[in-house]
Amino acid sequence: MNANVPFRRMVGKRAPRKEDARLLTGRGQYTDDVRMPGMLHCVFVRSPVARGRIVSFNLDAARDLPGVHAIYTHDDLGQVPIQLMTFFFTPIAAPISLLANGRVACVGDPVALVIAESRAIAEDAAALVELEIDEETPVVTIADAARGALVHPGTESNCSQEMGAAEIPEAVQAMLDKAAHRVTKTVRHQRIAQSPMEARACVASFDGAEELTIHISCQSPHFVARYVSTVLGVPQESIRVVAKDVGGAFGLKNMPWREEMAVIVAAKLFRRPLKWIEDRFESLTASSHAREQEITLTAGFDAEGRLLAAHGDCSINNGAWPMGEDCNIAVHMFMWPAYKLPAYSFHTRGWYTNTMGLGGYRGPWALESLIRETLLDDAARQIGLDPIELRRRNLVRCEDQPMTTGMDITVTDITPYECLEKLLSEVDVAAFRKEQAAARKQGRYLGLGVTTYVEPTAVAGIMTPLTGETAQVRIEATGKVTAMLSTHSQGHGMATTMAQVIADRLGVAYDDVTVFDSDSAIGSYSPSAAGSRQGVIAGGASWRAAELLADKVKRIAAHLYNASVETITIEDGMIHIAGAPEMSRPLREVAEIAHGEPFRLPEGMETGLEAQYRYQPPPMTFTSAAHACVVEVDAETGFVAIKRWVSSEDCGTIINPGIVEGQIAGGLAQAIGQVLLEEMPYDDRGNPLAATFKDYLMPAYTDIPDFEYLHANTPSQTIGGMRGVGEGGAIIGPPTLVNAIADALAPFGPLDVALPLSPPRVLEHIERAEAATRMEEAV
Amino acid sequence: MSEHRIELTVNGRRHAATVEARTSLGEFLREELGYTGTHLACEHGVCGACTVMLEGLAVRSCLMLAVQADGGEVTTVEGLAEADGSLHPVQQALRDNYGLQCGFCTPGVAITLAALTTSGAKPEVEDLEAAMSGHICRCTGYQGIRRAIRQLTGTAQPVGEHA
Repeated sequence: MNANVPFRRMVGKRAPRKEDARLLTGRGQYTDDVRMPGMLHCVFVRSPVARGRIVSFNLDAARDLPGVHAIYTHDDLGQVPIQLMTFFFTPIAAPISLLANGRVACVGDPVALVIAESRAIAEDAAALVELEIDEETPVVTIADAARGALVHPGTESNCSQEMGAAEIPEAVQAMLDKAAHRVTKTVRHQRIAQSPMEARACVASFDGAEELTIHISCQSPHFVARYVSTVLGVPQESIRVVAKDVGGAFGLKNMPWREEMAVIVAAKLFRRPLKWIEDRFESLTASSHAREQEITLTAGFDAEGRLLAAHGDCSINNGAWPMGEDCNIAVHMFMWPAYKLPAYSFHTRGWYTNTMGLGGYRGPWALESLIRETLLDDAARQIGLDPIELRRRNLVRCEDQPMTTGMDITVTDITPYECLEKLLSEVDVAAFRKEQAAARKQGRYLGLGVTTYVEPTAVAGIMTPLTGETAQVRIEATGKVTAMLSTHSQGHGMATTMAQVIADRLGVAYDDVTVFDSDSAIGSYSPSAAGSRQGVIAGGASWRAAELLADKVKRIAAHLYNASVETITIEDGMIHIAGAPEMSRPLREVAEIAHGEPFRLPEGMETGLEAQYRYQPPPMTFTSAAHACVVEVDAETGFVAIKRWVSSEDCGTIINPGIVEGQIAGGLAQAIGQVLLEEMPYDDRGNPLAATFKDYLMPAYTDIPDFEYLHANTPSQTIGGMRGVGEGGAIIGPPTLVNAIADALAPFGPLDVALPLSPPRVLEHIERAEAATRMEEAV
Repeated sequence: MSEHRIELTVNGRRHAATVEARTSLGEFLREELGYTGTHLACEHGVCGACTVMLEGLAVRSCLMLAVQADGGEVTTVEGLAEADGSLHPVQQALRDNYGLQCGFCTPGVAITLAALTTSGAKPEVEDLEAAMSGHICRCTGYQGIRRAIRQLTGTAQPVGEHA
């Protein structure tokens, strides 16, 4: 379509972000900036213990405080029937309620909701609630879960999800048995607090009996509307969800959870607009956490280092109230598509414990890259091969495709091998090895990590909530362009990238395109920011909608100016007719006629100038990358300094390199946090131990190096050729950094990968090796 | 709860109000005066999102009480740009370099950099980087902020880096 639009002025350019004008000047509208007449403020009373039976509440003192309007417990909110759902719109299996129903199952479990004139008064009142709990011994770790009491009495087992089998199938075992080299690796991934800078937030207002308006910090207003309607079972109410600006989400805000739903239900009962703004203590300890998983992978290689078979066994600590009981099957699904592996088997389990439930976080299956890429480096050391050479022998190359690997996933256009070669054209490995050897003689420990991966992005049409995207584009009577999208930005810059796409395909100036994407009343259903899909699917929808609209403009222009459609082009807001430059007209002239003088349009043509397209892309679009990282580990302090980081990724057509690189960098910063800093630990009594940003170490300015980027641009099979890039940094980042640290510390023996690799852990590794050496010398 | 009458200037405009002693400056600016550009993100003085200028110095508005700002001159992020809408050089540098994504930490970052670069001050790149240790950004990996700092100090961007 529109092959005669020859120019691309904006796609591929570093266009300045349209969002920045308001966000830089303090004019954004985040949920806490929303004020409604009569609005009251909510604060939750939360369980201070990890497990037990609620013996009694005493709410009298709290209720007596001036300015307190109501205090709700489960007895109150339970009057409104609800069924909490997973992201996939299946019922939550745990016996979950909005507020604790008789028992508490983790520290931070919400037990009561205070409604007051101000947040300060509500907090005062919450502190006056007397709560007596008959405390029981909690189940905190996966090991506890396997042998301890049931987290949810009445369920069959703390193992709520299980797929595959612990016993390795005979065929895989036989291949492992005959392997020339067999390597086993275990990775323990700590618990992460997603920590968007804006914590969760919600304002709910029932407008009369049948209308509900929700302002919420979320990833998709459309998803929230669908979710609330499903959970409450209230199709008769018209639900409008607005989220103009969102201060980061990262998977945590995929779906509303207990607190937001409690505020909505409380607003229905109390008949006043209610606001809840999560504070940082709650955000760290009581927002859904992420990751806490352990995995053991065994892989067999032939004498030349070619993969023969592998078996993975994974367990997830889901906590008490996960946003969906999960055994992370995706870890196994996406472990091998980039590699030629004949046979893979797995066992995977999800466990309940008396800790906060898990939710989504950028690259939820990222453990696959962490275990695979760290194992490959171990294997290279064991086999005596260069780790890059080991990858070259096993990676799927362009000429191998289409290829169906491991778990029946067919890849047709992945480029991890090509990304690796491109990376190696920038990173002089031989020179680094010389530098590393020289440094070691001086007692300095340098390390290089090189990794490859592929990632399924823009998944659509194969899982309930993950759908296509809609773009509605119209040329106003003023000649300016307005687009309304089903997608939704939380810092992704969709108002910028989609305007770039539309400007190009329509032939108008970037400055003349305005994009709206923050209201369930516009566009159509989509999960918006979920699974690295926005640039791909919303991009494809915007691309095609703009082309459809350009076609209409051309048909009208041909009719008005007595020319054939093929001779007409639109460039920079002007309509041109080939061979008749004097006939050029501003787009506005056609727009005015289309809106105001319908009798001048071709016969039968719909008036106005608008087009809509809902784009259903292929079920999965793969993005590939290879990364390299150089570190220096200080053997005296255990401190890891990152000296260089190069990303070589293939995300197809790049709409805006500044935004693509921003997504990669943000994911890498989170990866660095996971490997070196961040941890949400629990003590034996189930107390979360990181309650402030002094205890939960977020990556800071000085922790993150300058990243370098190499872009390959293999167009995907989608409209526009884009591939998703939102999560990749958080997936390939951790193994890249771990491999660099392991390489630096290779003189001290194989590195036990238990994250974070904090200075004490690194020192422990070094000291254990040195102690072993002393023992040997003594003998 | 004791209440206090205070007067202060915010972005050149005079305000008078009665505040509880415990009300933080940040909460006061947001809730009482409507300067919602100031964001409270941790409320314990670590993340820096709530940073405002008081008498030209960057302060954490979550750790300062409104009563302590009595008689003072406050600049919030709403007060950085010119009246005609043209951005402050710090805002422009952040925009030029993709220094923000979600924008929640950005007001604090902009105020800190502005406090160190206005009134003809010529800070070194190291001075601004040191000040950035007081800010947390979850989105950008600080890449664009670092490039913005180089732009503001006239420092060359590293090879392979894009503007």
